Amino acid sequence: MDINQVIDNANVEWDKLIKSKIPTILVGNATCGRSAGSQEVIDTLKEETKKQGLNCNILETGCIGMCYLEPIVCIYKQGYPLTFYSNIGKQDAIDLVNSYLINDKNLDEKIIGVINNGVKSDLPDLYNIPVMKPQVRLVLQNCGIIDPTNLNHYLANKGYIGVQKILNYTPEQIIEEVKESGLRGRGGAGFPTWRKWTFCKEAKGDKKYLICNADEGDPGAFMNRSLLEGDPHSLLEGMIIAAYAIGADTGYVYCRAEYPLALVRLKLAIQQATEKNLIGDNILGSNFSFHIKIKEGAGAFVCGEETALIASIEGERGMPRPRPPFPAVSGLWKKPTIINNVDTLASVARIFQNDAKWFSQYGTEKSKGTKTFALVGKVKNTGLIEVPLGISLKEIIFDIGGGVPNGKKFKAVQTGGPSGGCVPAELLDIPVDYESLAKVGTIMGSGGLVVMDEDTCMVDVARYFLDFAQKESCGECAPCRLGTKQMLDILEDITSGKGQIEDIDLLERLGNGIKKGSLCGLGQTAPNPVLTTIRYFRNEYEDHILHKKCTSRVCKDLIYYDIIPEKCTGCHICFKSCPVKAISGDPKNTHFINQDLCIKCGICKDKCPTKFNAIEVYPGSKIMEGQDNE
Amino acid sequence: MSTALSKVFSEFEGKTEELIPVLQKVQEVNGFLAESSMTDIAKFLKVPLSKVYGAATFYAQFRFKPKGKNHIMLCRGTACHVKGAPRILEEIETQLGIKEGETSVDLEYSIESVACIGACSLAPCAMVNNKVEANLTPQKVEKIFSKAKK
Repeated sequence: MDINQVIDNANVEWDKLIKSKIPTILVGNATCGRSAGSQEVIDTLKEETKKQGLNCNILETGCIGMCYLEPIVCIYKQGYPLTFYSNIGKQDAIDLVNSYLINDKNLDEKIIGVINNGVKSDLPDLYNIPVMKPQVRLVLQNCGIIDPTNLNHYLANKGYIGVQKILNYTPEQIIEEVKESGLRGRGGAGFPTWRKWTFCKEAKGDKKYLICNADEGDPGAFMNRSLLEGDPHSLLEGMIIAAYAIGADTGYVYCRAEYPLALVRLKLAIQQATEKNLIGDNILGSNFSFHIKIKEGAGAFVCGEETALIASIEGERGMPRPRPPFPAVSGLWKKPTIINNVDTLASVARIFQNDAKWFSQYGTEKSKGTKTFALVGKVKNTGLIEVPLGISLKEIIFDIGGGVPNGKKFKAVQTGGPSGGCVPAELLDIPVDYESLAKVGTIMGSGGLVVMDEDTCMVDVARYFLDFAQKESCGECAPCRLGTKQMLDILEDITSGKGQIEDIDLLERLGNGIKKGSLCGLGQTAPNPVLTTIRYFRNEYEDHILHKKCTSRVCKDLIYYDIIPEKCTGCHICFKSCPVKAISGDPKNTHFINQDLCIKCGICKDKCPTKFNAIEVYPGSKIMEGQDNE
Repeated sequence: MSTALSKVFSEFEGKTEELIPVLQKVQEVNGFLAESSMTDIAKFLKVPLSKVYGAATFYAQFRFKPKGKNHIMLCRGTACHVKGAPRILEEIETQLGIKEGETSVDLEYSIESVACIGACSLAPCAMVNNKVEANLTPQKVEKIFSKAKK
């Protein structure tokens, strides 16, 4: 069938859905929705509408990004705007069918916002609510709106227009358009995409490869997962365009095995695109052929590094190779290879569905376009966001994220995962772009933003990342293999109260040495979390070393638990739950903790009923405080 | 060679580059990589046994001991860490009476901690038999595993 015919059919199907006389219900059913219970909501909706004899379309979508409000349900009913509801449980689903769909009485308290499709409404506009207003959704435009398993939905929303367009272009024209758009690699360092492509296009080789790096290994990031689950065709379209530009006939998506749903959706999308000849031999009747294969990662962080990823696809241990030669010249099986990140390739699809100028209207002079971030940690509105580059960290955390929950004080935000650094409160006004983040010692990275509050110990965070880097170090080069181990040992000493004041300088010296001496990006950036926390939170290191206390009350050896006598009613619950019998006291009398026996497991504090809240954690040790008083 | 294994091999061409997918498939079918399977894989791909072990021990996904009927993967990502994952791990270990990386003697339970399962907005979380358990608290863990207690 001719592609225009295919698109016409898709448009008819989509129009029928959004202008349908019968209601259409969309339920977010990505990983986040599922763990909040979306599958049960879908089942209930199906059951209840059947029971009431109500004819309607029930569809599953990806994640719209507001993970803290899942399960999210969106309903289109003729004569009403498209309405989004949050935290829908089983009973709410039944109510939505009976009171809203059958009796026109809406569930006002569950409404997040609406998309006005020409229908007047007093309800808030979804894109104007605080969490959405500063966002610009280009890459994520379809996530949570379309059914990711239905190619027609993608096609009806400008899908594969980019592919049709570029088949009339020369590769040079494509690269020129990407250059004009200002797109830079979204995986980390921000290398200009057009330049990378040019290297590969000009490299000599009878065969060239395109690889999409979807091995989202940064702990604290899930942008790629959400896109693959919610809109997999966007990635495929970007890959087809990139392959045409560099002259590749084979592409690989290297995706984490930890993302089972993303893999299912991706496989289906490849199959659908192949059936419509958008992938395969002589795409849409042109001379261009391109095939896409999936490689499942096997759990190695270092495989996010280009050359290690290539080794892994070749069936080897994921060990990085010295560069040069760069993969663009000699990569997979020694053939010219381009490796782009999911976000980069999805941005390419958007650029060609629209144009370079449209894309470059967003962002700053040097950092164009938008970036998706996983906003997580100690922040109220956790989820997936997309913002124009140049927005300040403050806007992201406080306007979109709603600030820190439970009245706690903001301490730092960690960007760039184990390769990045921690940015303190006083630097929150800096714009989010490649250069500004580098200046404060961190990187844009693939897009994890982990918010930390007063209860997060920065020395412990540094130790956590070093522990990660040390375990994930492939062991090939000595600075990384031995250096990260040394740094970890020192940090473990500090967090267990055995640190020396000279250790801080030693950590800095070691860190700078590892950065200079390591073979690949993992080692070159592994010290960043330590170096930035020393730079901005030196006082916390000093507290641990000199005063033997963890002010954030995290490091077990530098805190103690105690019972507040005025609050303790002698309910005896803590006594019974203590695994080492460190608590003494008779029922109905105040209890005590024997500090010598206490292993600081925290079980007593968890078990103490919230109405009493009689157990507290303090920095330092109890004996020391007593001595101070004398 | 077991029939299950020859069935797995029949899906592959026997090229060296298929080593990791073959290991993944064998583990999916058998639950773990037994010594005999490793030898068979080496023969099938015509590579030295050391190469098979080299790759298998490099990647975190592969295990050489059977896992429990109920497999718990605790997320140790950054978001989970700052939201109390260490305390959650302790609670799971207490509830099940085994440590991280271990399988219970009756092969009912096994615990593994993984770098990140990508459900950071639901931290702290764990995957129990491929189902994500979100926003865990020690109380919630106790509820999930109360059945396991003897």
